[in-house]
Amino acid sequence: MFLRKKKRIPGLNTTATADISFMLLIFFLLASSMDTDKGLARQLPPPQDSLNVQELMVKQRNVLEIAIDATDQLTLGGEPITHNELTERIATFVANATNDVSMPEKSRREVFLLGAVDVSDRHVLSIEVDRATSYDAYFQMQNAIVRAYARLRNQLAHQRFGRAYADCSREEREAIGMVYPQRISERVTTAEEGGEP
Amino acid sequence: MKRYFARRRHEMPALNTASLPDLIFTVLFFFMIVTHMRTVDPKVTYNVPQGSEVKKLGHKASIVNIYIGRPIQKAIPANATSYNGFYIQLSNQLATLDDIKDYLDHERSRMSEEDQARMTVSLKVDRDVPMGVVSDVKRVLQESFALKINYSANEQGMRNEK
Repeated sequence: MFLRKKKRIPGLNTTATADISFMLLIFFLLASSMDTDKGLARQLPPPQDSLNVQELMVKQRNVLEIAIDATDQLTLGGEPITHNELTERIATFVANATNDVSMPEKSRREVFLLGAVDVSDRHVLSIEVDRATSYDAYFQMQNAIVRAYARLRNQLAHQRFGRAYADCSREEREAIGMVYPQRISERVTTAEEGGEP
Repeated sequence: MKRYFARRRHEMPALNTASLPDLIFTVLFFFMIVTHMRTVDPKVTYNVPQGSEVKKLGHKASIVNIYIGRPIQKAIPANATSYNGFYIQLSNQLATLDDIKDYLDHERSRMSEEDQARMTVSLKVDRDVPMGVVSDVKRVLQESFALKINYSANEQGMRNEK
């Protein structure tokens, strides 16, 4: 009789927790964005004084002339070309595996981790873009160029280090970058005037 | 006795929703991790090109965005200039070419010294924008020594490779 009756604590009512977390979920869905930032990373040259621009004399064999005109037509040395062909041509041009006299000169250098190798440090990709060219056409060309360099660097990485360029250590990547540096010069022209730097 | 055979006893038990919050919390945490907060309100629409060599941008704190695209709202503020129908957006407002330098300086001063060294300007440019506008922007970037740039793009499948 004197024993206390055991009081039962009622369970916490958690029905609303689901609603609360739904609210949070919807808030985060609205306030955040899924798009991951991706893109082509490029490096701009430092600004030049327009007064004392040094005319750099480059031998004809070292230059590959890429141009896009106002109608988005991509040309290489004056001839129309597709993006995939452009990648191929740039890769063979920069590598110059056969030491062709019509392709860029290479110099023998001592590179860390690689020893004495032929370095393609004289070539220049000369890009000429019209002001009316669409950004998409320009981007596709940049993409083709990056792909060409990536292919060469990957090849060398597989050859010398036995793994993909992306898996190499920083020193190894720097060494490969020494062998195939990106040497690109860009000019923007107007169809009417032409030759405006 | 007759009651037992009556069908009234077949009551549907209530659905146990005790684990529902846990489920939703899991989804919530998933979204919190994979997404990032929107910091700017887009004032222009832009459709970035697709490329096969695109890479993920590292280190969010050192990235400055410049948007170029078609305006969303009809009412264009007076201080914005049209470049062939396209507008430049910096942080939360439409701007002009001349504003870029100040904007970059301002952004740079907010960053830590480490981030300043690796500051990258991400150009989110519509694919139809003429190169004249883009190259003008790039010249301003050069002049203010923001030399690391990134052409924002979407990853493309291997379709075009073949």
